[in-house]
Amino acid sequence: MGSFSLHASCLAKHNLPWSNGCSQNLNSLRIPALQRGPGFLSRKASKILAFYGLKSPPYALDALEPYMSKRLLETHWGEHHHGYVEGLNKQLEKNDILYSYTLDELVKVTYNNGNPLPEFNNAAQVWNHDFFWESMQPGGGGMPELGLLQQIEKDFGSFTNFKEKFIEASLSLFGSGWVWLVLKRQEKRLEVVKTSNAVNPIAWDDIPLMSLDTWEHAYYQDYKHDRGKYVNAFMNHLVSWHVVTARIIRAEAFVNLGEPKIPVA
Amino acid sequence: MALRPLLTRRTLASASGFSSNGGITTSFRGLQTFSLPDLPYDYGALQPAISGEIMQLHHQKHHQAYITNYNKALEQLHDAMSKGDAPAVVKLQSAIKFNGGGHVNHSIFWKNLAPIQGGGGEPPKGSLGWAIDNHFGSLDALVQKMNAEGAALQGSGWVWLGVDKELKKLVVETTSNQDPLVTKGPSLVPLIGIDVWEHAYYLQYKNVRPDYLKNIWKVINWKYASELYGKECP
Repeated sequence: MGSFSLHASCLAKHNLPWSNGCSQNLNSLRIPALQRGPGFLSRKASKILAFYGLKSPPYALDALEPYMSKRLLETHWGEHHHGYVEGLNKQLEKNDILYSYTLDELVKVTYNNGNPLPEFNNAAQVWNHDFFWESMQPGGGGMPELGLLQQIEKDFGSFTNFKEKFIEASLSLFGSGWVWLVLKRQEKRLEVVKTSNAVNPIAWDDIPLMSLDTWEHAYYQDYKHDRGKYVNAFMNHLVSWHVVTARIIRAEAFVNLGEPKIPVA
Repeated sequence: MALRPLLTRRTLASASGFSSNGGITTSFRGLQTFSLPDLPYDYGALQPAISGEIMQLHHQKHHQAYITNYNKALEQLHDAMSKGDAPAVVKLQSAIKFNGGGHVNHSIFWKNLAPIQGGGGEPPKGSLGWAIDNHFGSLDALVQKMNAEGAALQGSGWVWLGVDKELKKLVVETTSNQDPLVTKGPSLVPLIGIDVWEHAYYLQYKNVRPDYLKNIWKVINWKYASELYGKECP
């Protein structure tokens, strides 16, 4: 969170016109960088760095108790997720081309069709964890409604079938990885997908709607070896169907899920 | 001694008159089933390098789960083979590799560790010590190399000191998930394996895998590694 305050103070400085300290900074400004965002202007005169910040989950760290403890989130978000952000920024410092990409673009480019570049792990894990926090909410779980529920019933037979499939995927994922509810762009249907380590379905252009982190660090402090208990807690109490609904509504701007409804004059 | 659960497959098998051999039981169909090997030390004996809580969970829950699922997969494989169901046989391969690998790797791992009073952490002497100095420069250099590779491993896996029994050379390798060392080369024999799955250290070290790697050397059983090395490179 320290990097955000740097951002604010740097911008404030550049608003002061023509003071001695500032003119030096203004001379070193490369104006196009100002129009790039999110970015901040480094104190170093010669180099301008773009950076990624650690995004907070949309709830307090103790809001998911007792299904995901504050202690676990402090480690998972504050250490693991934070570590990926720091690692990514360090790598981007050395690479002029990559630092101008958005995070989505960065993930796809560094995935490199299955031969990932060194930045992929950090970039994808930053993306994955941002997405994961937003896939949960306090008082989550339950069932989706309306159009989303209809689509799940269409593609899985029933919500129960989908739930079973998702849980089975989480339990049979060997090693570290993620389980996703994904909208497949080509097939125009929902599917449950497992990926290893940092791999993310946007790499092959599918649209993720919800994810579950099955790396051991995601549950070990609360559930120890019992991944099954963790997955059930997620499905019954944490997953935010509101967010999934919002995501699929947006996805429908890119994928026709049914016949287009053409209004009759 | 770590206590085995009272009713193991082995006890039941011996009670019903099946033959029993170490951790392996042979049922009347000739199908071998595996059971959890005992640890040669107490759960708390490796403290403070590895906590007793971790050792107990690692042994009784994680290793046991690999064995249970391995046995299940083998039984399903036996069924599929006797039915001639080729797709089913192929489909089971990943479960066998994962769970069987988990059993193989952890069985080695327990022997790779020893309490300090039992010689844990004592540097290798004799032919292995000499080979390490010769190949890596020093024991320290080897430790640095293995720690670096272990820390850099993404996701779950193992870091190994192995010996190529054909070339008579020492190697440092990593494998992902539960792949045994032999997947990196058919003539590779594991001497020391260090589990870098998060379950191996999380409760004590959280995300700081490098600290776990630094400390585990205090309880590494070089005597066992030397014996293995002596067998492959007499």
